[in-house]
Amino acid sequence: MNFPLSHETHHVQTLATGHVVPEPERCIQCGICSFNCPIGIDVRLHAWLGKPVADSYCLTCGECVERCPRGVLHFEKTGLFLEGKE
Amino acid sequence: MTRYVLVGSGIAGFSAAETLRTLDPQADILMVSDDPYGFYSRPGLAYYLTGEIPEKQLQLFSKKGKLNLEVKQIIARVTNLDPIAHSLKTDRSGTLTYDRLLLATGASAVNLNIPGENLRGTVKLDNLEDIRLILSLVRHTRSAVVVGGGVVAVELVEGLVALGVKVHYFLRGEWFWPNVLGEAEARMIERHLAHDEVILHHHTEIAEILGKRDKVIGVRTTKGDVLRCDMVAVGIGVKPNKEVAQAAGLKTERGILANEFLQTSDPDIFAAGDVAQIFDPRSGHSSIDNLWYPGRKQGRIAAMNMAGQKQVYKRTVAVNVLLLAGIMTTIIGAIGSGRDDGPAYTTRGSSETWQQLPNTIATETGTDVSHLRLMVGEQILLGALVMGDQTISRPLRDMINAQVDITPIKPQLLQSDAQLGQSVMDYWIKTKS
Repeated sequence: MNFPLSHETHHVQTLATGHVVPEPERCIQCGICSFNCPIGIDVRLHAWLGKPVADSYCLTCGECVERCPRGVLHFEKTGLFLEGKE
Repeated sequence: MTRYVLVGSGIAGFSAAETLRTLDPQADILMVSDDPYGFYSRPGLAYYLTGEIPEKQLQLFSKKGKLNLEVKQIIARVTNLDPIAHSLKTDRSGTLTYDRLLLATGASAVNLNIPGENLRGTVKLDNLEDIRLILSLVRHTRSAVVVGGGVVAVELVEGLVALGVKVHYFLRGEWFWPNVLGEAEARMIERHLAHDEVILHHHTEIAEILGKRDKVIGVRTTKGDVLRCDMVAVGIGVKPNKEVAQAAGLKTERGILANEFLQTSDPDIFAAGDVAQIFDPRSGHSSIDNLWYPGRKQGRIAAMNMAGQKQVYKRTVAVNVLLLAGIMTTIIGAIGSGRDDGPAYTTRGSSETWQQLPNTIATETGTDVSHLRLMVGEQILLGALVMGDQTISRPLRDMINAQVDITPIKPQLLQSDAQLGQSVMDYWIKTKS
């Protein structure tokens, strides 16, 4: 029998294992990422501060990753028990 | 209380203000700039021109935003600097005094110096004012001529194409951006531009901009041909705004000379950003980076030193990521002295360190949509250029920055049919673990 995950559960699981990480050295703060975020997260501010987008509202939709003209953003695995980053 | 004056509201000036405020919450910080729009993403202007973002998106932080620095701002042009009296004169707000001064005056677009340059319809891409002008003119612009061989010129081309303007792109040499790109790399970009119906004119320079009733109506080339157009967009390069420093007796060459602490020849005056020609103790050279991230880092280090710390500016390899005619391009470290016989101007989005290249062999591989060039030194990689697929760009940056010994894979890299990307990736994974 199939027990599909609810959207919310699936989302929480996704966030627990991966998030959007900026590479500040490539960023020119154009703001295309923030402008295209469907829920209005200021992704650019994360890039400025060099912090991953660990916002619990992040849909991990990948819109910011896809739209960034300088390849600043990428998904990275995260997790409490993950040793080494890649 | 120490009084800090920062001249310039670009990335270096802003970054210095941010650092000073963090180091000293009570400090008296004054920013002086003649740009009425303050701090915004200058490289982002290209995306405002193409319509990918609205103008307000260029501002990073609102006044009520998270990084309210409580910095006093004056919109004025600095006309005179007196290092002995520790004072500045401006065109609007009289004399200002400082204890420590940062000169982050940036660089300005170089003019063509030809007849007709002041006609309405001659534009550049230097600041927000320039984009506003282009957008106000574009409704009456059917065709434009763009000149210049670097990042800014191609941004002008793409912006005007996106705005529905027919673009003629004049290139002085055999191919696009010859002092940075090789022929195969440049042709990739030219193919994409031609696909967007840009008409490329190689070996072509403007002798005169033609006008009627003070408006651009065409250009005459150095060969004598006349081409009708409504706009001439110029992106031939930039020159550092060093005049005030020079007149004040500070040591200057191409830019304002600064030591590894970003201190100029006057110990209370610091320099950062596009105007600063910074000494690198490792190479023994002084060079200018016209790049956003180094500008930010320089502002931060200069501020630390202004506040009394002793921080060395460690130059990491210059990296820039560009979207050239839709092709993502990453340039890392030294990639060659190129071939361009004309007057040498630096361009925005470039670094003089890209040209410093002793005893190196270039090796390259590519397809129609991707290209990889490695500059192989005696024992290390000195530079790389990655176009299209960017998988390898981070490993390359790390390897070039860390000066990883590549002796074990050097023969592999120099084979004529080398799998460059794969060899580097495999070696990076091996050396990292």
